[in-house]
Amino acid sequence: MATDTTLQKNQPSVGDYLRKNIREYGLLVALVVIMVFFQIITNGVLFRPVNITNLVLQNSFIVIMALGMLLIIVAGHIDLSVGSIVAFIGAISAIMLVKWGLPAIVVVPACILVGAAMGAAQGYWVAYQKIPSFIVTLAGMLVFRGMTYVVLGGRPVGPFPKEFQVLSTGFIPDFLSFTDPATSVVKNYVALVAVLLLVGYAVYAGLRERRLNTLHETENEPFGFFVVQMGVIGAVAIFLGFQLSTYRGLPNVLVVMGLLIALYTFVTTRTTIGRRIYAMGGNEKAAKLSGINTERLTFYTFVNMGALAALAGMIIAARLNSATPKAGVGFELDVIAACFIGGASASGGVGKITGAVIGAFIMGVMNNGMSIMGIGIDYQQLIKGLVLLAAVFFDVYNKNKG
Amino acid sequence: MSKTLLEMRGITKTFPGVKALNNVNLKVREGEIHALVGENGAGKSTLMKVLSGVYPAGSYDGEIHFDGEVRRFSTISDSEHLGIIIIHQELALVPLLSIAENIFLGNEVASNGVIDWQKTFRRTQELLDKVGLKEPPSTLITDIGVGKQQLVEIAKALSKKVRLLILDEPTASLNERDSDALLKLLMEFRAQGLTSIIISHKLNEIKKVADQITILRDGSTVETLDCHGEEISEDRIIKGMVGREMEDRYPPREPKIGEVLLEVKNWNVFHQQHRDRQFLHDVSFNVRAGEVVGIAGLMGAGRTETAMSLFGKSWGHKITGEVTMRGKPVDVSTIEKAIKAGLAYVTEDRKQLGLVLINNIMHNTTLANLKGVSNGTVIDDRQEAKVASDYRAKLRIRSHSIYQEAVNLSGGNQQKVVLSKWLFTSPEVLILDEPTRGIDIGAKYEIYTIINQLAAEGKGILMISSEMPELLGTCDRIYVMNEGRIVAELSKVDASQESIMRAIMRSGEKH
Repeated sequence: MATDTTLQKNQPSVGDYLRKNIREYGLLVALVVIMVFFQIITNGVLFRPVNITNLVLQNSFIVIMALGMLLIIVAGHIDLSVGSIVAFIGAISAIMLVKWGLPAIVVVPACILVGAAMGAAQGYWVAYQKIPSFIVTLAGMLVFRGMTYVVLGGRPVGPFPKEFQVLSTGFIPDFLSFTDPATSVVKNYVALVAVLLLVGYAVYAGLRERRLNTLHETENEPFGFFVVQMGVIGAVAIFLGFQLSTYRGLPNVLVVMGLLIALYTFVTTRTTIGRRIYAMGGNEKAAKLSGINTERLTFYTFVNMGALAALAGMIIAARLNSATPKAGVGFELDVIAACFIGGASASGGVGKITGAVIGAFIMGVMNNGMSIMGIGIDYQQLIKGLVLLAAVFFDVYNKNKG
Repeated sequence: MSKTLLEMRGITKTFPGVKALNNVNLKVREGEIHALVGENGAGKSTLMKVLSGVYPAGSYDGEIHFDGEVRRFSTISDSEHLGIIIIHQELALVPLLSIAENIFLGNEVASNGVIDWQKTFRRTQELLDKVGLKEPPSTLITDIGVGKQQLVEIAKALSKKVRLLILDEPTASLNERDSDALLKLLMEFRAQGLTSIIISHKLNEIKKVADQITILRDGSTVETLDCHGEEISEDRIIKGMVGREMEDRYPPREPKIGEVLLEVKNWNVFHQQHRDRQFLHDVSFNVRAGEVVGIAGLMGAGRTETAMSLFGKSWGHKITGEVTMRGKPVDVSTIEKAIKAGLAYVTEDRKQLGLVLINNIMHNTTLANLKGVSNGTVIDDRQEAKVASDYRAKLRIRSHSIYQEAVNLSGGNQQKVVLSKWLFTSPEVLILDEPTRGIDIGAKYEIYTIINQLAAEGKGILMISSEMPELLGTCDRIYVMNEGRIVAELSKVDASQESIMRAIMRSGEKH
């Protein structure tokens, strides 16, 4: 018997709202606390422009894969093969670019298609043959890794042509040079202006959304929260943008990542396909009986994952400037951890893109910060493992209490 | 006659909002077969759960006397220890273990945790001989039929030194030959002095074996009949089972019945798992505009399977038959197509099949028709909120907002959310499967009112229910199903609990 006690409550109070959304705010607060902690303990190295740039470059591919992985996890599945897809795509991109001399403009889309096909090959068994995704993608992980060794003949291939390297090491050029870069603090005005415009738009869009919600009597977060949240995010964004602008500006990868984050946030929160994935993960039978083609939907979440892993694979290859058979080993675990730290539920139906992105950055900042501190890889692993466990325990604890 | 083995005195058991048992008395004599009969929901299973300790002493009122002493069982093992063993309708065997392993599961013949297989197999063989099952003890459960599995359960009970054997619908899923064999076995056991209680809907079988019959209705004991006196007719038993007054529990309605909307002809379906077994045989029925049509029948009669196989082949395989909507053939081979054809199916199990419990009311409401609140790709949040608010108001869903998660709603309100979802697909015919199961009387009345409104709007309603009074109170016409067939079609005038029960019982005897 369900309790009726909740029926008596009316509009959510501030306390209720906080309790309901504690996960998201908690996550954001955790990220800020971790950043400040490492900033202090590393004597300000963390937020140096060059380190921020590195942080973005080091984590972009994890974030990009986390977008696809979140959909997979929300749909009630898992994908262990992404690390191997990364390696295989790196390998074939190297073959195509270095050995065959094909132009990057052909190779990049071709690799994304191959990645999608690899996702499809796994999605077929999961969706239509009902084989647990854990097993299918474990097989995929082994098969794709093996294929990488075969393709590369066990040796690294490189270096890549310049036009391909920009994918990962390029920056948005400063076409708004107001001052002479040699003397000015700000060396790249595009970065600064872009961040300011973005923050401005976010505030404007947020306010407009609130007004429309009030007009239509739909739910709004308390105004205080809106202000604090916007304030914190805006301040952090402007600060980071400023730091980047004093170095080389916006990395290309950051722009790609930003656009993808925006796209996937939109897909998960506003589109029918996003809604269907959440419903399917929440209760597959009910979703199916509501006329949703759950097989097709599952299939496409794997295709999508494959395509994103392919993009990540190229970014990594371009960054390392060589394709090696060992590329991407263990990445699947970082990606999955990012999603779970970000609040996704292992049983499906729950999870947010913003959560997965913040989760990825929490892992990234910890990696980076601990490396600067000179903590060995052994203790880094240990600490990351404990953070993952703590984050998920926090979820379980909240759920049991609520 | 012989002494009393079991006496349950004044048993009252309440669940939140429902009195499941009200002052029930049951007296079972040593060495007899005692039958317990009653409609679905009369309280038979609850009573047996009280007896076996599933509901521990203290959670109910009344006394249990067994073997002359007052007993207070706090777990199932307490009652099993005294030899009270229940065999449930859904057998509790592990399919991939052998007969021998199942019989001694949790009670292994072992010393220091090491199983003595020789002894296990020898004792299993002795038990199988007793129940007349000719299968090697090493056979896996999954490889033998339901009838033999039933015998394994009984052998398992015997291994525990049973004194009172309780069988819940033991022959429900058996064919006639297996049923006969089982009943014969029970009579042999009786000759050896074993006492048993048998719960069954099959009155002909009960007449064959029972010494006494206790009838339950609405959670109370109606009477106990002694079979050794004058002949007791089935009609006499049925009257005891259903003889309640029809109260004013159903909102009045003036039916305005129009053209035939849904017509199903010669619907044949094979079983989902046992793929060579035909489950539905030539089922034909129709529903008219503005009409509420009921399907009555016992559990396992094939009602839900009819609905689900019709709704996008959600159940069964090798489905054949004709479906027309307003006289035109329609394709219902996938759920999407069935919805498009104008069908909606409100499932029996709203938590498992009807709702995404972790999603809110709004998301559940629009799930089956996201096109209705989007341009096909992008959802219009405000349009969606408006739709959900409208249905929340129209169906009087009690919640603090449309953003409340479905899991936090009461059963009646959950059912209204499921109804909202299907109404938003603008169906012509709604199939309602047990729409009022597990919800309280007040909410039931509201659901009936909604059904009446829908009929008044010209929709066709096909209602599956195990509660006969509900069907009689709301339907214009009732089909009776049994063993995968439609065995009777009764107009409102002809339909009564007696006529429905009689149709079921008579058809059951034919096969």
